[in-house]
Amino acid sequence: MTSAVRMTGIVKRFPGVVANDGVDVDIRAGEVHALLGENGAGKSTLSNILTGLYRPDEGTVEIDGRAMQFSSPRDALDAGIGMVHQHFRLVSTFTVAENVVLGESDSPFMMDQSRVAQQVEELSNRYGLAVDPSARIWQLSVGEQQRVEIVKVLYRGAKVLILDEPTAVLTPIEADALFKTLRAMVAEGRTVIFISHKLDEVMKVSDRVTVLRGGKTVGTVETVNTNTRELASLMVGRSVEFNRVARSIPADVSQTVLSLRGVSARDDRGRDALHDISLTVGRGEIVGVAGVAGNGQRELAEAISGMRALSSGHIDVAGEQVQSGRARSAIAKGIAHIPEDRLHTGLASSHSVEDNLALKNYRSSSLSKFRVLRRKAIRAQATDLVQNYDVKTPDTVTPVRLLSGGNVQKVLLAREFSSLPKVLIAASPTRGLDVGAIETVRARLVEAAERGVGILLISEDLDEIMSLADRIVVMYEGRLVDEVAAESADRERLGLTMGGSTVSGGAR
Amino acid sequence: MNSNIFVIIASSAIFYGTPLFFAALGGIFTERSGVLNLGVEGTMLLGGVSGAWASQHVPGSAWFTVLAAIIIGMAAGALTSTLLAILCVTLRTNQTVAGLAITIFAGGVGLSSYFANIWKVAEAPVDRQVRRLDVFGWADAPVVGPILFNQTILTYLSWVLVVLASVYLFRTRFGLQLRAVGESPQTADAMGINVVKYRYLHTILGGALAGLGGVYYSLAIVPTWVDGMTKGAGWIAIALVIFGFWRPSITLIGAYLFGALQSLSSTLKARNVQVSGDVLDALPFFMTIVVLVLVSTRFAHRRLGAPAALGFPYEREER
Repeated sequence: MTSAVRMTGIVKRFPGVVANDGVDVDIRAGEVHALLGENGAGKSTLSNILTGLYRPDEGTVEIDGRAMQFSSPRDALDAGIGMVHQHFRLVSTFTVAENVVLGESDSPFMMDQSRVAQQVEELSNRYGLAVDPSARIWQLSVGEQQRVEIVKVLYRGAKVLILDEPTAVLTPIEADALFKTLRAMVAEGRTVIFISHKLDEVMKVSDRVTVLRGGKTVGTVETVNTNTRELASLMVGRSVEFNRVARSIPADVSQTVLSLRGVSARDDRGRDALHDISLTVGRGEIVGVAGVAGNGQRELAEAISGMRALSSGHIDVAGEQVQSGRARSAIAKGIAHIPEDRLHTGLASSHSVEDNLALKNYRSSSLSKFRVLRRKAIRAQATDLVQNYDVKTPDTVTPVRLLSGGNVQKVLLAREFSSLPKVLIAASPTRGLDVGAIETVRARLVEAAERGVGILLISEDLDEIMSLADRIVVMYEGRLVDEVAAESADRERLGLTMGGSTVSGGAR
Repeated sequence: MNSNIFVIIASSAIFYGTPLFFAALGGIFTERSGVLNLGVEGTMLLGGVSGAWASQHVPGSAWFTVLAAIIIGMAAGALTSTLLAILCVTLRTNQTVAGLAITIFAGGVGLSSYFANIWKVAEAPVDRQVRRLDVFGWADAPVVGPILFNQTILTYLSWVLVVLASVYLFRTRFGLQLRAVGESPQTADAMGINVVKYRYLHTILGGALAGLGGVYYSLAIVPTWVDGMTKGAGWIAIALVIFGFWRPSITLIGAYLFGALQSLSSTLKARNVQVSGDVLDALPFFMTIVVLVLVSTRFAHRRLGAPAALGFPYEREER
């Protein structure tokens, strides 16, 4: 078979990072080729080079055997390469049809919406990509938006489609539909490059897999000749296990560190988001809050960490009441918070690593004197924490937004744990991280629990909750609807209560 | 009948609203591409002084001189906004600061006044003006005569422009691409649209239209050169862009509303109505504040559709 795309010796450097360090990939025409790797392995950089967004510092790109030099996405499109980005490239105020024709150079001067609508419909029927051409993007679900992205590339007659983490935003059913679409496209002779860090998916959908690690190619294997275990070890360079994490020091539930009594709060639009929530977390206990996103988890985390005022109820930390809606009071009482949105709520993303690490304790006399910051002390603190928490950063003055996702989370963990909290609120602490970073974060959480920190782990990831928590509560529409001990937790029952079904007493 | 106060106010609303519309239309193009031009006031003044100079110095028949003045005024505006484009698009400076700098640099006590001095523009009258026309000889027709058929050629041009601009923005491929650049430059770039080119062209076009507005002041409204003669019209134009929801047609209506407010003072004074002139002169600016407060409400924000990338420089390799 001939190569549709061959990339040889690709090197791409960014300030302080080598994102691609001599990557070789050879993609055959008419296959689904998976690019597998952890976050920061260089997958996205590689695809951005292939689509003309970045120019490689070294190396060659060949399309159908001819060497190419893309200087803009336009060139790549002309060569038949289309990309479905992880973060959609759609104009949210435009209609589907407008987004599809956008940038088409041979479309007529005056736009003909109905003609485009017809073509969009044709494409969607052919590949099972149901979308309404006249709908505006902001009205569509994430899954629908992704279909628009795919239609957009197909409309341009792309021969090679690149999908960057396409299932990250999809429900399992939507993901299966996507896989069918990909198969249909390959059957017509198109080529699909499927970027992912999810092993099961890669096994399910691809013909061949190229594994990247640390910006280098580890190898290419035929999917039929491999298995998830082999791929995992290729991807992380060692074998990984996800099991229930055992703790050397058990929780001491006789001592309550966090207690919520009748807590209610409103969301940003003023509607009731939390209804009369009562909950306790013991010393060294990990309590998992399961639930589908949008059922009040964010408001719960914000209420406890003092970022959201309560409309009624009390929150106590080790017997002392936290002032409602006062983050500084919450911090003073010993509450640490790892928010869902790390780069916006958790950290000041364009500030340096050292400033972010000092954000919580800069008032202490060791870091400031007469309200003037002591830079040397701040730097020393940062240097220590960066080392202890193994943060990969060129130096402590690098803005945190330049770090990879896992390292951003490590900075946040370092800051929150160094304040020696009594209680930790962790909201989706491993979302979007790669396998290695997930391991680190989980290990740190367990360590903290062993030191006696009471942890409220809020996550949509049931596996995570089941492997870490001592006790699991389920949140649905702002209420706690179920509570079970983790070792006796039953996935099916949790799934039902998360979906709002009531469980009659004791019945399984 | 034609000396009825409402006819007079309607007629002068259009007369005074026209330069506001030109400047605001320029603002629509610029902001639709994602660039905020706070330099409109200074740009208008440079256009105005260049136009006045041309009217005094370009030889030839009267209409040729006026045409030349219009073109030179627009070119001066285009040149000024080219500077803004270099600052905002290529050098990616803060757009608010860059725009303010241009207004201060070019404005009433800056470059425009300097040129007026060295060219001695203010010392002579501007004889070759943009005059009110008598279209079809209907200027004296009851009511509609003064309002519709006794305006300057530039007002009629503005009516053509409002149609052309609307079609361009909402019906053509280029308008779609322009709006995409202002909404989501990342998307536009990924779809092979040249973001930098679109931003440059529309910022420069916006400056040319602001320059045209300035020429209208020095050749039609006053008509002579006075330092800082636009008296804040550039700022009203910026508010008008928002008031008009970035749409030419609504902006035209808004421009006439503000034109009416601006003319109120002289109209009422001529009729011996006892109102403080200062209060009346302040009205348009008071209205500007009211409009900006109203459109800043959350409801308005969601509905208005300000270009999402307005004010943000675009950098491709940011990660």
